[in-house]
Amino acid sequence: MQRIIKLLVKGEEQIQINTWQKLINITLISILFAAFLVFSFISIEYNLRMETIWQYRSKFISGFLLTIVIAFFSLILSLAIGIILAFASKSRFLPLYYFSKIYVEIIRSTPLLVQIYVFFYIIGTALKFENRYVMGVIILSIFSGAYICEIIRAGIDSIDNIQIETARSLGFTFFQRYRLIIIPQVIRRILPPLAGQLASLIKDSSLLSIIAVSELTRNVQEVDAINFAVFENYIVLTILYMLLTVPVLSISRRLETKFNYET
Amino acid sequence: MKLNLKNLNKSFNDKPVLKNINLELADFHSLAIIGPSGGGKSTLLRILAGLQKPSQGEVLINGIKLASNEKDLNEYRKTLGVVFQSYNLFPHLTALENIVLPMVHAHNYNEKNAVQRAKELLRGFQLDEHEDKKPHQLSGGQMQRVAIARALAIDSKFLLLDEPTSALDPELTSEVLAMINKLEEQQKDLILVTHEMGFARQSCDYIVFIADGQVLEHGQSANIFCSPQTPELKNFLNKILEWR
Ligand SMILES: Nc1ncnc2c1ncn2[C@@H]1O[C@H](COP(=O)(O)OP(=O)(O)OP(=O)(O)O)[C@@H](O)[C@H]1O
Ligand SMILES: [Mg+2]
Repeated sequence: MQRIIKLLVKGEEQIQINTWQKLINITLISILFAAFLVFSFISIEYNLRMETIWQYRSKFISGFLLTIVIAFFSLILSLAIGIILAFASKSRFLPLYYFSKIYVEIIRSTPLLVQIYVFFYIIGTALKFENRYVMGVIILSIFSGAYICEIIRAGIDSIDNIQIETARSLGFTFFQRYRLIIIPQVIRRILPPLAGQLASLIKDSSLLSIIAVSELTRNVQEVDAINFAVFENYIVLTILYMLLTVPVLSISRRLETKFNYET
Repeated sequence: MKLNLKNLNKSFNDKPVLKNINLELADFHSLAIIGPSGGGKSTLLRILAGLQKPSQGEVLINGIKLASNEKDLNEYRKTLGVVFQSYNLFPHLTALENIVLPMVHAHNYNEKNAVQRAKELLRGFQLDEHEDKKPHQLSGGQMQRVAIARALAIDSKFLLLDEPTSALDPELTSEVLAMINKLEEQQKDLILVTHEMGFARQSCDYIVFIADGQVLEHGQSANIFCSPQTPELKNFLNKILEWR
């Protein structure tokens, strides 16, 4: 029994995996997943019609592209929001400080779905703002900005106080300390979590389907209402999302090991 | 150099750390500050470095009064070199860049001259093979020596060192102390907080003993170590020498 537990739980020593072991294991697990899917098809006597995807390919493609565009613009805008909030949270001007704290608290303690409803139907209607695409990007950015703020804040906090002290003793001014010492290091440290945040944005943009933004999920839902090919549609949907997120997440992991080693 | 402290007081949240220090040292090259932990040595050094302001009193170094506004204080800081116990080097820069950065940005050297001077210094201390390494690729002793080289690169008037070897093992300690000793032989002015009594005795010409926020004794190092006057210093030296 003890031996089995030891085998299953990661020990203290680093395990070395070679390329072959990696390949064999990944293939094995993939086959397992595929077998499970096939089993599901068979048990409900499902008749796969992959050709229907091809028929509606333009919907898939346009949704895929729009998801990329939305995630891209949301990343830029939420970066701007996150940076401003992070500096506000470091401000000695109390209204700014509390604005940042309360903003982050509200966003982090409510579901994105609820935020989308509130911003779109209540605030959007009140301000007579009707472009749902722009609204979608803004809502996602407001949401993601809170998380990016936390990422940046943690990055700044991780810079040791002695470094600031050393920089002061060398005669660097306040702005030089930020420009030459703090910011270059913060950027290295926050790149991996920021890449992770981009993957989250890609996934979370699917929720904009509820305000009829014709991104990937929304388009596939529409196709689904016409062709009733649930399995085909959603399998392709899954693959398309993974096509975007898996590379982003792997870049994030690679950056993480790289910078872990460096600092 | 000359050091003059008049009614120097420093408290943190009403807790006095330096208590009315008066000290006049007319002529020394290397001053060692010794004393028990928590006595206020680092606090005094940080005041001398212009990193902290005294709560009361004044500091004159070489006859010049320490400024109290941040701008003049920053100009003052540019004229000296400070080395802390550890983490002196910026982790995102190589050894060479660590030396060049303050020369270029705080001292207006042009990049080419700065690099040339930094390389000369590193070569002088047998550190040239490490110039392109980041701090995490250097040993603790090498990091401290690069930090000292950086403090020298800007033609500082004097050096302030706060226990530069206390994070190092004995072998690395002696390589750093050898470097400091070399500076002393070149008549570089420096003030050093240290627990290395052997080094303070042999190679510093003046000693200040601080305990509980007060200067209890000061004098030529030969006198301090051979005939300590106060019971506190006797006690301190006994304790420190007990295991040697
Ligand atoms: N920034 C600060 N805020 C509050 N208290 C402080 C601060 N810096 C130092 N102190 C206190 O001042 C006292 C003296 O500290 P200091 O670091 O000067 O001692 P030290 O003689 O250098 O000791 P050590 O040999 O352990 O380095 C200590 O009791 C310390 O807790
Ligand atoms: Mg100290």
